[in-house]
Amino acid sequence: MADNDQLQVELVAADRTVWSGQATMVVAKTADGDIGVLRNHMPVLSLLVDGVVEITPVDGDKLFAAVDGGFLSVAHNRVSVLSQHAVLSAEIDVDAARSELESAGSDSDDEDAAVRARRADARIRAVERAS
Amino acid sequence: MALSVREYRARIRSTESMKKITRAMELIAASRIIKAQQRAQSAAPYARELTRAVSAVATYSNVDHPLTREPEDPKRAAVLIVTSDRGLAGAYSSSVLKEAERLAEKLRSEGKEIDTYICGRKGEAYYKFRGRPVVQTWTGFSDQPSYDAAHEIGKALIEAFLAEDGEHAVDEVHVVFTRFRSMLVQEPTDVRLLPLEVVEGEERPDSAEVLPLYEFEPSPEAVLDGLLPQYVQSRIFFALLQAAASELAARQKAMKSATDNADELIKKYTRIANQARQAGITQEISEIVGGVNALADANAGNE
Repeated sequence: MADNDQLQVELVAADRTVWSGQATMVVAKTADGDIGVLRNHMPVLSLLVDGVVEITPVDGDKLFAAVDGGFLSVAHNRVSVLSQHAVLSAEIDVDAARSELESAGSDSDDEDAAVRARRADARIRAVERAS
Repeated sequence: MALSVREYRARIRSTESMKKITRAMELIAASRIIKAQQRAQSAAPYARELTRAVSAVATYSNVDHPLTREPEDPKRAAVLIVTSDRGLAGAYSSSVLKEAERLAEKLRSEGKEIDTYICGRKGEAYYKFRGRPVVQTWTGFSDQPSYDAAHEIGKALIEAFLAEDGEHAVDEVHVVFTRFRSMLVQEPTDVRLLPLEVVEGEERPDSAEVLPLYEFEPSPEAVLDGLLPQYVQSRIFFALLQAAASELAARQKAMKSATDNADELIKKYTRIANQARQAGITQEISEIVGGVNALADANAGNE
């Protein structure tokens, strides 16, 4: 992997490795805004917010994953995305996420519900962007 | 030899059905243990990356964080005891509780008061029966812990640690759990969770591997703020997973010896039952022979 434009990417949830492989680009949403990582990016450790992570693998279609916060760490062309919960768009149940969003959205005062709504929203967006 | 053959047969039958149950439990534990180990393995990458990130922040920025600050005069300590929900696992729960007692004794001798937090119904029952105060308990997941459980426990413990004063504010947090060394060896251990000592990790990053100079976004403090609670939760999750694997291994071992003992009992009872049957037959024969002899004697007298 030394002489091309590849990154070693790992998308890791607390209880499993969601995706790992070679990719050319990773886009994630940090607390300061979207960040895109290409090869030879400087080492970065940054906080993510609930949102969608986009991975462009070397082979195959773009991948979209919904993450519930977490971290992005980039060093030596290795990118790790850590999140307590991370799901690939293919594994997301859209209908469940929609109903979750609706039920969470109805009581907007609750902080817990706001978090749930944001996460459900991220899931739905991941699926929408994948299709 | 007081009982009749029939009673021995009944005992053999009941021992046999007990053996079937313990054998089934042994097999279930054995198959679950593989799953528990797999879960522990699949949780490893997250813990590894998190440890690496935490040590990166700790090495390159001398930030002072409430979670790593040593209190000057620790007065209260919280102890989280990880026990099982169900019994029939040999000495598993009692050895964890014993270890917890030992730790509590040590902390008390250092002049600290103790707040107890418990995972698992066995520990809960132990403390309830003795009428000791428990701050909070979590039950229902001991043999397959989820990250959400660890998250919840971590949140409660961090809150207690960060609270300045109040009923449950503590200066230290310890965890007592059973470390899974192998299928045969599980040892109860206690670890001080908070304040964090970042250098001490489950897997030390390779010393040859130099950590890159990271840029922190939005700021080192903010990153640390987000990282450390997750690090604590991941450590708790690790403890729960180890405890789950240990519980299953202990259960498998206990059920294996229960099955073996049932086998022994069945053998013993079969021998006794056979002896009783033989004794019965011998008695019958001697009665018949005695009767025949008596008849023969009587007839001889008549002639």
